[in-house]
Amino acid sequence: MKKFDLSRRELLKAGGALIVSFNLFPAMDLLAQAEPGAQGMPDPKQLDSWIAVAQDGTVTVFTSKVELGTGIKTALAQIAAEELDVPLAKIKVDMGDTDKTIDQATTSGSRTIERAGPQIRQAAAAARKELLRLASQRLGAPAEKLTVKDGIVSVAGNPSKRVSYAQLIGGKRFNVTIQAEGKAGELKLAQDVKAKDPNEYQTVGKPAPRVDVPPKTTGEAVYVHDVRIPGMLHGRVVRPPVINTAPASIDEDSVKDIPGLVKIVREGSFVGVVAKTEWAAIQAAQKLKVTWEKPPFQLPANREELDKYLTGNKSFTTLKAGEKGDPAGALDKTKKRYEAVFRWPFQMHGMIGPSCAVADVRGNKATVWSGCQGPFRTRASISSLLKIPEENVRVIYHEGSGSYGRLSNDDGAEDAALLSRAVGAPVRIQWMRQDEHGWEPKGPAQLQKLRAGVDADGKIVAWEFVDYSLPWTVAATTTLLASQQIGLKSKVPGQGNGNQGGGEIYAFENTKVLAEEIPWMKPEPIPLRTSNLRAPGQLSRCFASETLLSEIAADLGVDPIELRLRYLTADARATDVLKRVAEKSQWQRRRQPAEASNAPTAKGRGVAMTRRAGGYTAAVADVEVERATGKVAVRRITLTHDCGLIVNPDGVKNQVEGNIVQGVSRALYEEVAFDGNAVTSVDWEGYPILRFPDVPELDIVLIDRRDVSPLGAGELSTVPIPAAIGNAIFDATGARLRDVPFTPKRVLAALKATKPA
Amino acid sequence: MAKISLKVNGQSRAVDVDPAMPLLYVLRNDFKLNGPKFGCGLGQCGACTVVMNGNAIRSCVTEVKDVGGRAITTLEGLGSVKKPHPLQKAFMDEQALQCGYCINGFIMSAKALLDKNPKPTDADIKEALAGNLCRCGTHTRILRAVKRASGQKV
Repeated sequence: MKKFDLSRRELLKAGGALIVSFNLFPAMDLLAQAEPGAQGMPDPKQLDSWIAVAQDGTVTVFTSKVELGTGIKTALAQIAAEELDVPLAKIKVDMGDTDKTIDQATTSGSRTIERAGPQIRQAAAAARKELLRLASQRLGAPAEKLTVKDGIVSVAGNPSKRVSYAQLIGGKRFNVTIQAEGKAGELKLAQDVKAKDPNEYQTVGKPAPRVDVPPKTTGEAVYVHDVRIPGMLHGRVVRPPVINTAPASIDEDSVKDIPGLVKIVREGSFVGVVAKTEWAAIQAAQKLKVTWEKPPFQLPANREELDKYLTGNKSFTTLKAGEKGDPAGALDKTKKRYEAVFRWPFQMHGMIGPSCAVADVRGNKATVWSGCQGPFRTRASISSLLKIPEENVRVIYHEGSGSYGRLSNDDGAEDAALLSRAVGAPVRIQWMRQDEHGWEPKGPAQLQKLRAGVDADGKIVAWEFVDYSLPWTVAATTTLLASQQIGLKSKVPGQGNGNQGGGEIYAFENTKVLAEEIPWMKPEPIPLRTSNLRAPGQLSRCFASETLLSEIAADLGVDPIELRLRYLTADARATDVLKRVAEKSQWQRRRQPAEASNAPTAKGRGVAMTRRAGGYTAAVADVEVERATGKVAVRRITLTHDCGLIVNPDGVKNQVEGNIVQGVSRALYEEVAFDGNAVTSVDWEGYPILRFPDVPELDIVLIDRRDVSPLGAGELSTVPIPAAIGNAIFDATGARLRDVPFTPKRVLAALKATKPA
Repeated sequence: MAKISLKVNGQSRAVDVDPAMPLLYVLRNDFKLNGPKFGCGLGQCGACTVVMNGNAIRSCVTEVKDVGGRAITTLEGLGSVKKPHPLQKAFMDEQALQCGYCINGFIMSAKALLDKNPKPTDADIKEALAGNLCRCGTHTRILRAVKRASGQKV
């Protein structure tokens, strides 16, 4: 069957009669190849910029938020369906085309449901209000007498008097102005329009099968990797997995025998190849002989050097999560003091599908097809890279591989744009595995120093938590890889790696929770560049603070849940997730560690909790530790989750499950290897992640709070997993782990260092 | 370059390609099949999995000249949204994916498993899918989907 080969001429012939099916989505892209900005930019104050009703009654919602595999396409559709009283199946969501949508901020930080949810809700409520006004005129009944069901407006008590949304406005514009204040994530829409009372919700709060799932199981979904443009060439970048200097020489003869090679592109220290086929591009990139200049500096060559770097350099900014009283003074007065240092490695986002984009740069205009998290952010970076106005750049979103923060920074789009400009044709690029492992911006390495003091009554009266973190050198405010390579320098040192999770939820009398951001921006691009990785920095901070708390509990002979509850006095939702995880996991209150046994496999359980961006979660891990080898098996994770009002319960559950599994993987296996020049773990053997046989049983309790606005579920529940596992290992063996990941080697060393009970 | 005849999803077709090129690129770029995905090019992640003569193979490291006349089945060869294969239906029913980039590999590996072992145990399924990586962490749903597809209680 001829699926994706429709030419532009054939399409134009098809015209308005084009039938939309999954198979024809790429064809729709061809239509979308119109000049960037040709239709004028949508205005946030126009209702038509947000919602359109087609002649068949289908409602399209336009949003710059994008489906990253987290289910927001379905959840946002539920929100719109709810306000409009339209069946969910009649809602379409058009995502991430910068020429068709308003910038609602990058899809990151688990903020879509929290921020864009209300934007869509209010736009839909405004549309409903206008539809009722039109229906009132049509039916000759006051708007307050009208009811809506399945997109049909009828007069209460006289159902024969009815009119559908399609009849009222199908295929036409609303031409209604709505209130719009603020920008991007802070944009407030139609605040004067009253939305539904959450207690009346019919669609929001019920499990809805995700709309993106079926075509993904059949190959009919069109990922950015599957976008094909007429005349498209294939590109590959050439980057060493070491500090990226300028090429001293490029031996063009090394690739002259590759059939179909179009061009070797060099701009500054950016090197790439373009070919007629993907295979030719791959071979050319592999075979091209480039001699790179020697790096003018070295990176810390191992973990010890990195720790010295983290603690021996002055921070450029201090982020405070909590400060009260005088912890240093209180510590001096306490008899019992605890001090500990915790370390967290560089970790990878580890997209299964490496970076990919298609760019078509023509003169001073560019169209980019990308799987990025922030189409408007990509638009800005392409504009800066090519030195053309933002409105001359159009970014069209297609789903990519799950990115977990990696595609907040769209390196691939810049590569494609440079190559396309160099050859004057559309170019598709995809990074090879070593490019992605080598050059993806890593989740930053961290180190925490903690001090706590307990008074004579066994009360924690002092808590001092300092996180020393590398910042995100790759962020909205800095330049991306290709930009750096052609000489666009970042003007700022980066963005902080977050500050939550250092024990600020506990009501200690004297407390200080700080995060110091240590400068890491280098004059040349480095493979250990850094960026936001899911729940940025918080797994590490939570690991440190929740480990020390359990350590204090053990020392005081108090059950670790009991100890936490003593300091959660001011926070009912925190108390609730903790009590409920105890209940669900059938937690028996006792002191830890468990009584020593000589069994070859030691069993234990540990607890940890956190608050993130207004959501709460608590986890209990059940683990087994093989004493002879130090191998840790996580058997079960029980977790409670409160993200406010739940929009799609099965969608949230899916997210929570994934968060837990990824958290187990990061706790047990994941550490980027590096030396003074390079990242040395450049494939899945060098950087293993969790595989099927090691997946634990999951037991999840979702707490639905109708009185709390909906929050995201994309990050929260991954946070307490490493801490809960570490605490369970302690319970099982009495050994304390302060370094992640808990590899057999590290566990064995901790076992050896632990005195027998 | 060489003319090579391939049998993919029941249809035979000749392509003129470098015989050392991995099968994945023929499937994606010549046959325009989007099911098999490039993940690593090293046979480590399983995103490119197709079924060849009943076995789940990594198309990213299988040279096209080594395929010969053996029958290749891709995700598209199983079914469609309108007419899904029982495995695809089970993955839909269990909502067993998030981003879905890896899911081709899981479904195709499960297809090869179920053809040989129609009632696998949980351990059989985990073992058969141990070579496929999923970064979103949907493993427990995938396990249920494969059991469901095999007609066993979930």
